[in-house]
Amino acid sequence: MDPGRILHTGSRAPQSVAAHLDDQAADDGPRAVSRTSEKDPVKTFGEACLMVRKPALELLHYLKNTDFAHPAVRYVLYGEKGTGKTLSLCHVIHFCAKQDWLILHVPDAHLWVKNCRGLLPSAYDRTRLDQPAEASAWLKNFKTTNERFLSQIKVQGQYVWNKRESTERGRPLGEVVEQGLTRAKSATDAVGVVLKELKGQSRAGGFRLLVAVDGVNALWGRTTLRREDKSLVAAEELALVHNLRKMVRNDWHGGAIALTLSQTGSLFKPRKAYLPQELLGKEGFDALDPFVPILVSNYSPKEFESCVQYYLESSWLQHEKAHTEDGKKQLLFLSDANPGQLERLCAHL
Amino acid sequence: MAAPCVSCGAPLSYRLFLGGRVSFARRHGVWKAAAAELQIGAGSQILRLRHTTGVTTKKNVAALRRETYTVDFIKKQIEEFNIGKRHLANMMGEDPETFTQEDIDRAIAYLFPSGLFEKQARPIMKHPEQIFPKQRAVQWGEDGRPFHFLFYTGKQSYYSLMHETYGKLLDVEKRQNQLQAKGLFSENTKTKDLIGSRWLIKEELEDMLVEKLSDQDYAQFIRLLERLLTVQRDAEEEFVQQFRRSVTIQSKKQLIEPLQYDEQGMAFSTSEGKRKSARAKAVVYEHGSGRIKVNGIDYLLYFPVMQDREQLMFPFHFLDRLGKHDVTCTVAGGGPSSQAGAIRLAMAKALCSFVTEEEVEWMRQAGLLTTDPRVRERKKPGQEGARRKFTWKKR
Repeated sequence: MDPGRILHTGSRAPQSVAAHLDDQAADDGPRAVSRTSEKDPVKTFGEACLMVRKPALELLHYLKNTDFAHPAVRYVLYGEKGTGKTLSLCHVIHFCAKQDWLILHVPDAHLWVKNCRGLLPSAYDRTRLDQPAEASAWLKNFKTTNERFLSQIKVQGQYVWNKRESTERGRPLGEVVEQGLTRAKSATDAVGVVLKELKGQSRAGGFRLLVAVDGVNALWGRTTLRREDKSLVAAEELALVHNLRKMVRNDWHGGAIALTLSQTGSLFKPRKAYLPQELLGKEGFDALDPFVPILVSNYSPKEFESCVQYYLESSWLQHEKAHTEDGKKQLLFLSDANPGQLERLCAHL
Repeated sequence: MAAPCVSCGAPLSYRLFLGGRVSFARRHGVWKAAAAELQIGAGSQILRLRHTTGVTTKKNVAALRRETYTVDFIKKQIEEFNIGKRHLANMMGEDPETFTQEDIDRAIAYLFPSGLFEKQARPIMKHPEQIFPKQRAVQWGEDGRPFHFLFYTGKQSYYSLMHETYGKLLDVEKRQNQLQAKGLFSENTKTKDLIGSRWLIKEELEDMLVEKLSDQDYAQFIRLLERLLTVQRDAEEEFVQQFRRSVTIQSKKQLIEPLQYDEQGMAFSTSEGKRKSARAKAVVYEHGSGRIKVNGIDYLLYFPVMQDREQLMFPFHFLDRLGKHDVTCTVAGGGPSSQAGAIRLAMAKALCSFVTEEEVEWMRQAGLLTTDPRVRERKKPGQEGARRKFTWKKR
């Protein structure tokens, strides 16, 4: 796959649909990719396409050459707003899915630190807070993503959910997930259990684990959540965040961790911040250190050409001037080769 | 008062042609004076003049109309102006002999700085002829007989001008006929340079004649002049030139910035632009790839709004040079839209140096080179905003 060529995938082919390039019907384009290896009906195009670009290729190259005996390496995709970090991540996820890895994908960590309703004090640990809604949503996604593995992996500890329910050792992981889905109150704890089990078992080598988190700077930032007594909640006090932080630490091996920074959903961060230092803060940077940073930048001229070509072929651009050289130059100027801006611009044409 | 006046109409006209004898000083106008005279001298001799000796009717007529300035008054004003000019020159430490009107203006602006927006409300010191409106000197002599033969038309200068012009037209036609008869009629292809000049407008003609005209009078006069010119193009040049004013062509005023060269030999050009309260300086490099940096930040990040970026695109797109120039600019003041407008103006002006004269003219006509004069309008007292009035309550 040389950069600049578009990877076409047929629709409805199992496990081959990668990501939505423009699903204008669905509001949250990137977030719909939570079910990556699952086919998603693409309403606008009838197919899903992803542009192969350098950062993704670089990451794939690293992944291909990982040594699974060493602790998991952290790769951080960073860049300006709208340059394609999330989609590069999706590309990587797709690749790993094809290679039969177990994908632990958090579509947007920012969703866990803002606009949550129904915070409950955790049953497991009094000091922390549960988020039943977000946890169940994530469990649903996880289930559809990794159905194959759920029956394969066996739980190695005994977990008591409440007086009536508990899970013994040796039960498949699917049961834990089911438990979390049926009982909303224990969803967060189920998530925690899943993470712990996966981390422990990836060492054994039965499968390879890819932890992909989008918007990882949310884990170390501020939240906008408040308790009933109107006191602010710090990020550590959320059980989900706490568990995910443990996951992202590189004290396990047998897989890789791919992370993306995002300013778009971030709280209390200036618009122009895009460097890891700025977005993660000191705490986050220290926690993630050492990592491999990968810069995602705007389109190169060739990439821009191929993107515009794709839009023209699928008749997305209806303006008569879009075919001309002049029109392309105008698009280039106005979007400054920024993929996000180009998409928004072409949506109008 | 009217009845006695009418009755004395006939004897009065008889009176007009009599010589001067003393009567009493008038305070009122002609007719009223006559009536008063009649009242006093009722039944007495009618042969009495209405004129006085030393105190001429000039003064009385002057008192009738509002704000007429006598010749003496104007003369006195002129003297005062000249003396004042010399004083001013001394004050400013300059030579009184060579103190021109521009120097006076500058000195007054310096000594009496005014923040008033209306330029005509600021202090001025000009020659009295420019300040006091032109007055007509009294049109009749001591005997009451008007000087001009067309006085009784009401618009004597206008009709005399028409008469003169028509006379000239007839002369020219006669000459043409004579030449034709002699066979020496040559097609005079020497077209006068009428381009770049225009006829006087009605107000200017009124100023010249010190007389009120109607629109039809003015049109008639212009038609007569045109007719004169159709007969013979260069007829009566000096006469016709009195009634033409030159028209300046706007586009020649555009300055083109000189090109400068920096260390690598790349040509670049700088210029400034402004819009509302934003001031921008742009440096446009000749060869580049269409990158624009505003205050050190990429223009995509500086202007998240599409409209601002379209404004930046306009000059380049107009000249078809979209990806060919690199720009670095600094901007301060105003909001995002006005900053975008200021940068656009600065870029357009800078591009003038890389582009042909014709294209500069096109840009000017497209409005790329004009500073937008719109500024925020002041809020007035008694209104909520500049235009919005307070809510009208019926009671």
